[in-house]
Amino acid sequence: MLLIRCPYCEMERPELEFRYGGEAHVVRAAEPETIGDEAWGQFLYLRSNPKGLHAERWRHTNGCGRFFNCLRDTVTDRIFVTYKAGEPRPELAS
Amino acid sequence: MPDLTRSRLTPLSSLPPAVPGVSYSAAPAIARLLYRGSDGAVAAGAAFGVALPTQPCSSAIAGDRATLWLGPDEWLLLAPEYETLAVQQAIAAALPGIAHAVVDISHRQVGLRLDGPRAAAVLNAGVPLDLSLKAFPVGMVTRTIFEKAEIILWRTGPVAFRVEVWRSFAPYVMAIMAVA
Repeated sequence: MLLIRCPYCEMERPELEFRYGGEAHVVRAAEPETIGDEAWGQFLYLRSNPKGLHAERWRHTNGCGRFFNCLRDTVTDRIFVTYKAGEPRPELAS
Repeated sequence: MPDLTRSRLTPLSSLPPAVPGVSYSAAPAIARLLYRGSDGAVAAGAAFGVALPTQPCSSAIAGDRATLWLGPDEWLLLAPEYETLAVQQAIAAALPGIAHAVVDISHRQVGLRLDGPRAAAVLNAGVPLDLSLKAFPVGMVTRTIFEKAEIILWRTGPVAFRVEVWRSFAPYVMAIMAVA
């Protein structure tokens, strides 16, 4: 089982308490009617789906209930860092 | 105030049988209020009589009232039964114009107490957390899961826990505890 650090509870908690929330940092246009069908369709349906490092949303559903973001490697399932919603994607020291 | 306790049905009427090392008891009826809001948390705590703790997963007790941290802007307030309205009015009066919500959930969930040196082991039949005293000290409280049911788990003593569970899930939780 994955142990995921919740940035709000400030501790590692078992994966069972969390729900996956899709890719992070996908920004909805402030005025969707002005951006056109192409851009709207991209916002709705197209995700980066990378092999490797992926910024994604998780929700601590059966805990504090908050959404937060996480950098996870989609190949190894390793979680590098979790950070609060609204914070910019952190740069990983390679 | 009419005494409704005689006619009240509780899902905790048949508790799991006590086994060596752990005994069960139903917590008495109590007022439960869910407070949401960040700006007014300090004033709300003052009005309630118990500060709302800011340390994650911690609790505070003063007299017969308690506040339990559930999230960064979410607390469970416990007070004696029949004080629900007084608490709601006191908090509303202390927070004029400040966005907040106080929701009465007194009858949504029930309290189940576990006492004894094997209480943590019984809980770990369904709770995926480390319940050692070091990882889960006295006073720590958190929402978590017990098998498939969401619970609020509060450590009230070194070998004493209080489980708050939605009343319709109580038979499920107790059935698993009985065979744990």
